[in-house]
Amino acid sequence: MAHFQKPAAGSWTEHYPDLGTEPVDYTDSIDPEFYEAEREGIFKKTWLYMGRVEKLPKVGSYFTRELPVVNTSLIFVKGKDKVIRSFHNVCRHRGNKLVWDDFPNEETAGSCRQFTCKYHAWRYQLDGELTYVQQESEFFDLDKSLYGLKEVRCEVWEGFIFVNFDNTAVSLTDYLGGYGKGLEGYPFHEMTETYSYRAEIGSNWKLFIDAFAEFYHAPILHQKQAVKDEADKLMKVGFEALHYDLQSPHSMISSWGGMAPPKDMNMVKPIERVLRSGLFGPWDRPDIEGLDPLPPAVNPAGAKPWGVDEFEFFPNMSLLIWAPGWYLTYTYWPTAVDKHIFECNLYFVPPKTIRERLAQELAAVTVKEYALQDANTLEATQKMLETRTVTEFPLCDQEILLRHLHKMAVDHVEEYRNASVAG
Amino acid sequence: MPVLPAEFADLEPFADWALETEQERYAKRLASTMPEMQAFYDAAFPRLADVMDYGDQFDLRDLPEDVRKLVHLMQSLIMVSFPVEVWKQPRVPDSGAAWAELVYEPVV
Repeated sequence: MAHFQKPAAGSWTEHYPDLGTEPVDYTDSIDPEFYEAEREGIFKKTWLYMGRVEKLPKVGSYFTRELPVVNTSLIFVKGKDKVIRSFHNVCRHRGNKLVWDDFPNEETAGSCRQFTCKYHAWRYQLDGELTYVQQESEFFDLDKSLYGLKEVRCEVWEGFIFVNFDNTAVSLTDYLGGYGKGLEGYPFHEMTETYSYRAEIGSNWKLFIDAFAEFYHAPILHQKQAVKDEADKLMKVGFEALHYDLQSPHSMISSWGGMAPPKDMNMVKPIERVLRSGLFGPWDRPDIEGLDPLPPAVNPAGAKPWGVDEFEFFPNMSLLIWAPGWYLTYTYWPTAVDKHIFECNLYFVPPKTIRERLAQELAAVTVKEYALQDANTLEATQKMLETRTVTEFPLCDQEILLRHLHKMAVDHVEEYRNASVAG
Repeated sequence: MPVLPAEFADLEPFADWALETEQERYAKRLASTMPEMQAFYDAAFPRLADVMDYGDQFDLRDLPEDVRKLVHLMQSLIMVSFPVEVWKQPRVPDSGAAWAELVYEPVV
């Protein structure tokens, strides 16, 4: 029996007829050729989320990102005109990596007036222009204006910095579409207290998105996180989302939960009772503008028990907005068909008191412990998919976002392959 | 030398849990036995609400050293609350070899 109203078509999945309801082929997560096509057809064609503007607080602030999936390293820097730009991290002289500390493969951050190459001291302004060449007269008709840093399309939405390697792609705002528009005005900029997790995962990047994009697993996989009576109850009831929505290539799930505060204090752990916090964050909303009313994309069902919305921005950014007034992002960076780097960033309104700080601490620690359980299934799944003993898997209605994600990946790869043949 | 405020002298025997970073707190949890964590929890948990009330008089960005240590101790209490209250083991159940690093945190 459905606890929450499904669309007239009878299910969330059938509400989107293009998805079909048949079992899904997971070859897209184990085939090295498919992965190579994803690198070209997805990661070099779509907007990729790189980090928040708060990482670049002043003129000259910079950070680098290593992106093996598209075989490059990028610099992000705030220019004198306050514009955030991105450049390939390569010196135009003889190709040395321009910005790095002790180890060239490690990301770095800092601030500077200009970039100076370690090798021959060629210098570049913050807007990428080449301004100084050591012993310039030794070169042959060198026109410095032709040797600026190679710029990458970089656009910012609500403080989230994205890049795109395809100069023909639509603008970031158009790409993010209805969700981007519908989330405008959420007070992301007030939530600057940051916790950053990073993990190396032995699975295809899509499998971890799968793990986070359905909550059908939550009462089972995470049962040992809750007090026993509550765990038993959750398992018996199972999970149904409040609402699902697809706006291809993106998607979202809206869920109940969080209980802030819970009706019955015995439902939560003793530490949660005292700190008034838990997996869904501190129970008491921070006192800032912008949380009431919420922007229209949040809690689309307008449901009272709403707890969290998860937006999947294709290909590899998840944005979770939690009812008590904080948010987190996940990104999944492939390094091979069967490996990726997982990044999780939590953002809270800066606490003023020890009380507020400890409530956030509990949420941050809890998120990690749940994520470790989620991560543990992935390598095992990858290994069994690779046996190819089973290639097709039945996905249920609560797994509609997974069905959609894999379809988006396959569609992008097909489009890329067709264009390659035509070209 | 006591490291905690005099009001919390009863927690002094557990001062080795007053660790500044998540990495240190996580490592100590994994290296501890359940009886060790239970003893710390039994002493510290009843004082958590007192710490929150006591802490209201301070600016979080400008804490006296002994209060800072007290916060670190309570961060460790949060860390051990998971094994003590539910899991009955130092590591989160059903997590196998999965591992994640906290690469950036707002250190108190």
